[in-house]
Amino acid sequence: MSLNTESKLEKILKAGHLAVTSECGPPRGTSLDKIEEKANLIKDCVDAINVTDNQTSVTRMCSLAACIKIKLMGLEPVLQMVTRDRNRIAMQSDILGAAGFGVNNMLCLSGDHQSFGDCATGQNVHDLDSMQLVQTVRHMRDEGKFLGGGDIAGPPKIFVGAAANPFADPFEVRVPRLAKKIAAGAEFIQTQCIYNVEKFEKWLGIARDRGLTEKVFILAGVTPMKSAGMARYMKNRVPGMDVPDEIVKRLSDTPKEKQADEGIKICIETMQRLKEVKGVAGFHVMAIEWEEKVPELVEGAGLYPRPEVD
Amino acid sequence: MIVASPKPMEEIIDTVKDCKKLLILGCNECVTVCEAGGKKEVGVLASALRMYFAKQGQQIQIDERTLERQCDHEYLEEIRDIADTYDAILSLACGVGVQFTAEKYLSTVVLPGVNTCFLGATEERGMWTERCQACGACVLARTGGICPVSRCAKRVLNGPCGGSTKGKCEISKEVDCAWQLIVDRLTALGKMDEYEQIAPLKDWSTDRAGGPRKVVKEDVQS
Ligand code: SF4
Ligand code: SF4
Repeated sequence: MSLNTESKLEKILKAGHLAVTSECGPPRGTSLDKIEEKANLIKDCVDAINVTDNQTSVTRMCSLAACIKIKLMGLEPVLQMVTRDRNRIAMQSDILGAAGFGVNNMLCLSGDHQSFGDCATGQNVHDLDSMQLVQTVRHMRDEGKFLGGGDIAGPPKIFVGAAANPFADPFEVRVPRLAKKIAAGAEFIQTQCIYNVEKFEKWLGIARDRGLTEKVFILAGVTPMKSAGMARYMKNRVPGMDVPDEIVKRLSDTPKEKQADEGIKICIETMQRLKEVKGVAGFHVMAIEWEEKVPELVEGAGLYPRPEVD
Repeated sequence: MIVASPKPMEEIIDTVKDCKKLLILGCNECVTVCEAGGKKEVGVLASALRMYFAKQGQQIQIDERTLERQCDHEYLEEIRDIADTYDAILSLACGVGVQFTAEKYLSTVVLPGVNTCFLGATEERGMWTERCQACGACVLARTGGICPVSRCAKRVLNGPCGGSTKGKCEISKEVDCAWQLIVDRLTALGKMDEYEQIAPLKDWSTDRAGGPRKVVKEDVQS
């Protein structure tokens, strides 16, 4: 097993275990207590914790600071970085800062458009796109060089990931786009939340036929629904989200006070089914402000306890 | 062409309200085509302002003039004799025309009467859409002739992003996803294999990032 970094996530995946990651959103304020609290809720049942970067374009504490906090707790953070808010100087600089504090994983994203957030009238940057950010991290790590050509004193040893959304349009481009992200240097992929399992399996099947699942670790994204209302909202309002009618119906046919439990059940069923699918290397459990449910989901899917790697 | 839209009436009134003598200066080119600052719009705006100030009991002389272009020395010279007889010139040209007029007539206040928006095309009468941001290093050869810099809300060069839904951009159901258009066009051209080549990091120094730009054509300079 040849490792490129010190990343625990890389070790787990390369050892052939199904990895489990989850995420924490940083606070809209200065207190690190909330991050600590959230991380403590999930720490025993995940291998690494993604820290979102001003998700949905709402201003929050920077992902890097929150990652450092998690690192200082002795846990494994995944720094999410969007290209929306920073140019290539700022991104390279943050990558160095992250690596300096032993943040060994990164997820490269373009980010939601700022019109969704609290600074809709702001400028967006998009100097690079997500794929080019992947290339940038790999270039810095593997060549030990800045984009400008200069040498990096102590290149950042970072395990690099990217996102994939099998449900966005056009569908035909979703596997070629994955291939492109792998060619850019992505080593792991975390997907958009999966509700349409068949469509996901179809996407993964095409990727497998192209040999892509041999080249990258794909973590299937899941998010438990809290209610039928949430399912309807995700279906109708969240761009690039595919929630089949059966899911909405199953939740709305459940009495209100039982809907959350049903959402958890659906999520566990999805994980159990996908565990058996060739090419799924693990799960990314996004429990959006419902961190206390992550242990139940991970246990329910038979992914607990987490393997030890050194 | 350069597409502009009229500034709100209240904003115009606020900028010209202290004048005694005002020239509204139109332009016969782009702003005429997009119906924001041609002869017709100069006339309409002049009447509206005259009416407004008459109602206020305020004396303002408002004259009208439309030049062939405001972005050329030659045509701007046509108002040389009269320019400094006005307290202000309200230019309905694009930002280039406003600035060029101001540069030439230093003692007269020159004000913008339109908001200059983008480089676009006439989709249909009364509707213009953005096509180019003049980035100075055109990538259309790689993107099936559809510009991701100006038409993708995140200007991703390797799209589409994860927000593309039913051919529309994540920002609005009204906006086409540029990358859906690109993929459709590359498919039609049988060029989807080219899609998988990763677009290199863009050199933005030819864009506004590099500071004010200049094109020099030495062979035609005298
Ligand atoms: S790539 Fe640049 S020059 Fe070409 S159409 Fe787009 S913005 Fe204009
Ligand atoms: S949905 Fe399409 S046009 Fe909109 S930001 Fe994403 S790739 Fe660009």
